[in-house]
Amino acid sequence: MNRHRLPTSFAVLLLLALAASAAGQQAGLASGTSSGTSLPFGIEIPEELFKYGFPIALCLVVLGVVAGLAGFFTWVERKVAGHMQHRCGPNRVGLPPIFGLNKWKLFNSTGLGQFMADGIKLLTKEDIVPTQADPILFRFAPYLTFIGSFPVFAVFAYTVMPGGGPAASTNLNIGLLYIMAVSSLVVIGLLMAGWSSGNKWALFGGLRAAAQIISYEIPIGMAFLSIVMIVGSLNLYDIVEAQRGGLHHWFIFNLKEVGPFGIVAFLIYYVASLAEVNRTPFDIPEAESELVSGYHTEYSGMRWGCFFIAEYANMLAVSFIATTMFLGGWHEPGLWAVFHAMGLTDDVAPSGWIGTAIGVGMFTAKGVFLIFVQIWLRWTLPRYRVDQLMYLCWKVLLPFAFANLLAIAVWNAVVAHWGEISAAFFS
Amino acid sequence: MGTLALGCDVLMASRSVTPFLLVGATLFCLGLFTVLTRKNAVAVLMGVELILNSANINFVAFERMRSMSGTPLSGHIFAIFVIILAAAEAAVALAIVLSMYRNFHTSDVDQATLMKG
Amino acid sequence: MEGWKELLYNVAFWVLTVLTVGSGVYVALSKNIVRTGFSLLLTFFGVAGLYALLEADFVAALQLLIYVGGILVLFLFAVMLTHKITDVNLSNESSSQGGPFFAVFVLWIFLVYVILATKWPDAPKFGRQATVEEIGRGLMGKWLLPFEVVSLLLLVALIGAAYLARPLAVKVIEPLGSKKA
Repeated sequence: MNRHRLPTSFAVLLLLALAASAAGQQAGLASGTSSGTSLPFGIEIPEELFKYGFPIALCLVVLGVVAGLAGFFTWVERKVAGHMQHRCGPNRVGLPPIFGLNKWKLFNSTGLGQFMADGIKLLTKEDIVPTQADPILFRFAPYLTFIGSFPVFAVFAYTVMPGGGPAASTNLNIGLLYIMAVSSLVVIGLLMAGWSSGNKWALFGGLRAAAQIISYEIPIGMAFLSIVMIVGSLNLYDIVEAQRGGLHHWFIFNLKEVGPFGIVAFLIYYVASLAEVNRTPFDIPEAESELVSGYHTEYSGMRWGCFFIAEYANMLAVSFIATTMFLGGWHEPGLWAVFHAMGLTDDVAPSGWIGTAIGVGMFTAKGVFLIFVQIWLRWTLPRYRVDQLMYLCWKVLLPFAFANLLAIAVWNAVVAHWGEISAAFFS
Repeated sequence: MGTLALGCDVLMASRSVTPFLLVGATLFCLGLFTVLTRKNAVAVLMGVELILNSANINFVAFERMRSMSGTPLSGHIFAIFVIILAAAEAAVALAIVLSMYRNFHTSDVDQATLMKG
Repeated sequence: MEGWKELLYNVAFWVLTVLTVGSGVYVALSKNIVRTGFSLLLTFFGVAGLYALLEADFVAALQLLIYVGGILVLFLFAVMLTHKITDVNLSNESSSQGGPFFAVFVLWIFLVYVILATKWPDAPKFGRQATVEEIGRGLMGKWLLPFEVVSLLLLVALIGAAYLARPLAVKVIEPLGSKKA
């Protein structure tokens, strides 16, 4: 008999998201201001309702979108994998026959409904719990991994509000630290899954996955530090706002603030984030040829689905973080300034509701591009052995990350703050 | 005992910091009990972590009740240092436990009697 | 604070207290060492929540990052590496539990009395400024010496732990599940 655990998971997720937004506001830490309560078409809502309802509404929207996107990206992955291997991916399952969607010729041969079919299959599979498994921990581990992947989305500034200020659920002043703190829950979930399966190979997979993730958190932290050092704030809205003004201000290309080391920081972060989400070339924990299936060997049905969606949500999360920190967040690459120079618009950057819409589009486009690169890498590169993986982290990425931090500090001091240095030393 | 007559004002978390201190005291006693009664070396270390967490709650609670005088955020900085030191101590202690397991094939603290007598 | 905010605050406090103290009791009394490790996770989470209620946002994030992401992972590794997978009930408390319980209970009564009998100053109102910048300034200013000493201590701990836990050259490390107790 199937007892669906998904409603429980979503309820717990919802509570966590609500708690995050409530805690952030309760302590008065939200520094973003919503200076306007007017929705388009002139709808007015009371200030209090907007102040407390907007974060919750945004949390719900983001949760739904991310969970749906996670499923969508499995289809994207299979299609991209197919085309890279010179074959079609899924091309049989169309959209479901509601609202006449299955009559659209556009979607019929693209296999777009494949991920929905997979989801339904997972929901209807038999729920097997091994006899050697620890009953409570076995059931709780997928939820822990699932829960650890989602609170990250509460803190991103997806776009600007029309009156200025970030469109984030909670604009925490410790945004980046909160992201790193909350993602450490995934590690515990993996360990719990590995141990409670009662399976030697699952235990090895879980230990390896946990060791890999906590090792690669350090180069990620160093890459974050180089950016935070320049911006001077852990607030994600401030980090994106420091990159306004066009393509040459994004931290990956910014020659004045970080010089040529912005790209190095981005590459270090990107490679380390691939290891964080267990993607090839670092997917030893879930490699089929190595350890059967690693820490989720014994899981079936929707419990495995929880791990699956958690992995894709993690991919989305690290791509969004890279977008925020290095690719300029919601800023468009400077076309609006070109229009301004041509005299078409009267603003250097888009503002108002057009700015909000363009911002969300740019943010999502950049994130999706990074995910496409992750999928591309998965089907191109072979995977690392465990000792090669650890060698890469501790003996390659970490020294480079330290050297990069120092280089960015020196470059920023000399190039961007030459005035203060010359005033301090030469006068 | 005069403040007990204040009623529940002193026990409401939003009006005073006393409930947090009580939580700290309870965690301290639980940690102490863990350290005193557990046989597994790792469990003893978990008790030590409970004790450190209770002290941290106290530090942060006192920072909350600090008036405008005094060094700002000194309680938070104390708590940060305690967290860092707890990490260092846990690492070294667990390395010792691992080494003990390798040599004696047991992690029972009652069996580590080589230096007795 | 307004009425409903105060209610929410108190409800959050009691939920977090029950979580923290409950998992602490489980850590103290449970017979299964792995479950003890995972209930320590709940304790750390509860404590981080209590920090957030006390307006210590930076300390709460650091608590999660270091305790859950570092120390708890260390504990779980140690438990899983000093344990055979078939013996889940290996650890239990020592036979004498009554003596320590009595002593600790007396201590708890005494601490509660001291806390309730002291005249603590009133807590200031909510709405403190963000703490990250001030902590940064403090660490680089007034608390620079402890900061540097702690970094040196971490280096020493890193080297010491790596040395103590290194695989020995002569001894063969037995794999899990193949050795008698």
